[in-house]
Amino acid sequence: MSQPDVFEYLLRLADDRLVLGHRVSEWCGHAPILEEDIALANIALDLIGQANLLLTAAGAAEGKGRDADALAFLRDELDYRNALIVELPKGDFGFTLTRQFLFSAHALVLTDALRSSKNTELGGLADKMHKESRYHVRHSGDWMLRIGDGTEESHQRAQAAVNELWRYTGELFMADDIERRLAAQGIAVDSSKLETPWRAQVDDVLKRAGLTVPSVAWMQRGGRQGRHTEHLGHLLAEMQTLQRQHPGASW
Amino acid sequence: MQPGSGEAHQHVGSVHAADAEQALQNARDVYARRGEGINIWVVPSDSITASTPEDMGPFFDPGNDKAYRHPQFYKVPRGVRL
Repeated sequence: MSQPDVFEYLLRLADDRLVLGHRVSEWCGHAPILEEDIALANIALDLIGQANLLLTAAGAAEGKGRDADALAFLRDELDYRNALIVELPKGDFGFTLTRQFLFSAHALVLTDALRSSKNTELGGLADKMHKESRYHVRHSGDWMLRIGDGTEESHQRAQAAVNELWRYTGELFMADDIERRLAAQGIAVDSSKLETPWRAQVDDVLKRAGLTVPSVAWMQRGGRQGRHTEHLGHLLAEMQTLQRQHPGASW
Repeated sequence: MQPGSGEAHQHVGSVHAADAEQALQNARDVYARRGEGINIWVVPSDSITASTPEDMGPFFDPGNDKAYRHPQFYKVPRGVRL
């Protein structure tokens, strides 16, 4: 049975993780120290692994025979449903870790709530994602304290990252009709209800890191409807090139 | 790294870190990615006092010719199952 709302919702969850996983993987071989190189590659693999499972579930909900590969590699930019925050270029190490912290803190409260989803498959996936998110928050939150409360330069870079990223956080908490319909059925979570617990967590870490939250008049949006920044197309071009040039190629 | 419940910790490697928490995370990321264990200890290298290669002789050689320190002369009583 085709479940268009569930398909759309799973795509959003999956695309956030697939795109961010790809972004974080760009650090592989380039991180400041070997240990952090492996740590970031681990996080990237966690996220891509989550995306793989979510896309498989999304393909099943769509009911048109598309598997995770078809959804990841043969969809165009306009059909991607990720929030804008995950597609921004990786920036410097401070930017990457700040985004990771803001995103992972969101993933933590989201997956915690989704564990009791009436869609038992999604509930099970949320349980696995929650475990991984706990480590991502611990790792990236720890780095927030180090770079925010480190040297003058590291502090400046961390604060610049918070200033740049903050306007992209609002999109994570914008619920729409699809989500509200699913929330009413106990399948999804109304994103707007996640902002308060997320904010408490983020404020605590930023405060201890000596960082301040900028006042932002307009929260960027559009990713959930397929309106993306200029950066996603480039990312997809790189990620999809193999399947586009050699359709059906396997490892 | 403790490979399993009830087993002794074993040395698996070394990491660079600014403090204990970072060392613990780095050890987890570098050495516990494939289900290698259930518990990690990290110890700062300057807290380890080690014997040196020059100690080899005086430390370990005297044991070699004292076979009676090994338990092979002890006969296992009948009825005791190994």
